[in-house]
Amino acid sequence: MSILDYFRSNKKTNTASLAKERLQIIVAHQRGERGAPDYFPKMKQEIIEVIRKYVQISDDQVSVQLDQNDDNLSVLELNVTLPESK
Amino acid sequence: MAQIIVVTSGKGGVGKTTSSAAIATGLALKGKKTVVIDFDIGLRNLDLIMGCERRVVYDFVNVINGEANLNQALIKDKRCDKLFILPASQTRDKDALTKEGVGRVLDDLAKDFDYIVCDSPAGIEQGAMMALYFADIAIVTTNPEVSSVRDSDRILGMLQSRSRRAEQSLEPIKEYLLLTRYSPARVKTGEMLGVEDVKEILAIELLGVIPESQSVLKASNSGVPVIIDQESDAGLAYSDTVARLLGEDVPVRFITEEKRDSLKGYLVANYVDT
Repeated sequence: MSILDYFRSNKKTNTASLAKERLQIIVAHQRGERGAPDYFPKMKQEIIEVIRKYVQISDDQVSVQLDQNDDNLSVLELNVTLPESK
Repeated sequence: MAQIIVVTSGKGGVGKTTSSAAIATGLALKGKKTVVIDFDIGLRNLDLIMGCERRVVYDFVNVINGEANLNQALIKDKRCDKLFILPASQTRDKDALTKEGVGRVLDDLAKDFDYIVCDSPAGIEQGAMMALYFADIAIVTTNPEVSSVRDSDRILGMLQSRSRRAEQSLEPIKEYLLLTRYSPARVKTGEMLGVEDVKEILAIELLGVIPESQSVLKASNSGVPVIIDQESDAGLAYSDTVARLLGEDVPVRFITEEKRDSLKGYLVANYVDT
């Protein structure tokens, strides 16, 4: 590797920061699903399918979140972004 | 009562067995009576890294099944009389490790040892889950690379939900990050995730950073844990790691580029010679 290449690589390709950004997103997503019961992904998919019978939505327009508030109370939060009606 | 340490990662090839062998040897050299157990049933390799492959007669599964007792299966290390190895079986039966069986063997070992180091297989199958189930301390071995970091985060999730301590609502497993195959020069040029990046993403305490080093291959070639090589940076970094595990306050070394790797050093090295 010549000295010229050394400077060029320094300027253009900071791939580490790209890696960090991508990881922060995927890890946040993974943690959202952490601790959820095993049936959770399937239930989420079925909820989306029921909504799709009535409105055309994509997977990322639905967010399903399970929060454990304390030992006796879990809250299932369902957020659906509906497309604008014409 | 023994402390049970699991060396885990999710991803394969990141240095779990190298680290298990080095850390177990380091603990024994510090005077702690230590046993290191290979949980990779069907693909045993810890014996090779420890250099005792020709002395394996009975294994972990034999002990679980009552075909041999612990004294017959434990291999005493030739370099350190406080260190013992319990090799994995080469059986192809994936369910050979039962929770009851592993629990019984660990209970027996706990009476006699200060530290039990569990070398986990890659993945999240039975062997890996059994290796982490009984742990008090987890050493999450991670390379500064996207797939390894993501898998480490998955394993952290397992430690927090699928372990004995989680199931019985005990104090959670103490989780530590061990960053391996670290290359300060590449971090400097922005090609590799840095220590602080990985710490920030995984949000666990740093136990050690092991630099990428030719001494690791040399050590495995000769069946000597790399920590024995106290002239190598990797060996010294593992010694620091063990000291921290025992509560000593040791600064992290080998995370900045050595002088001769810098551009100035590079020029000096090249032009002074000629």
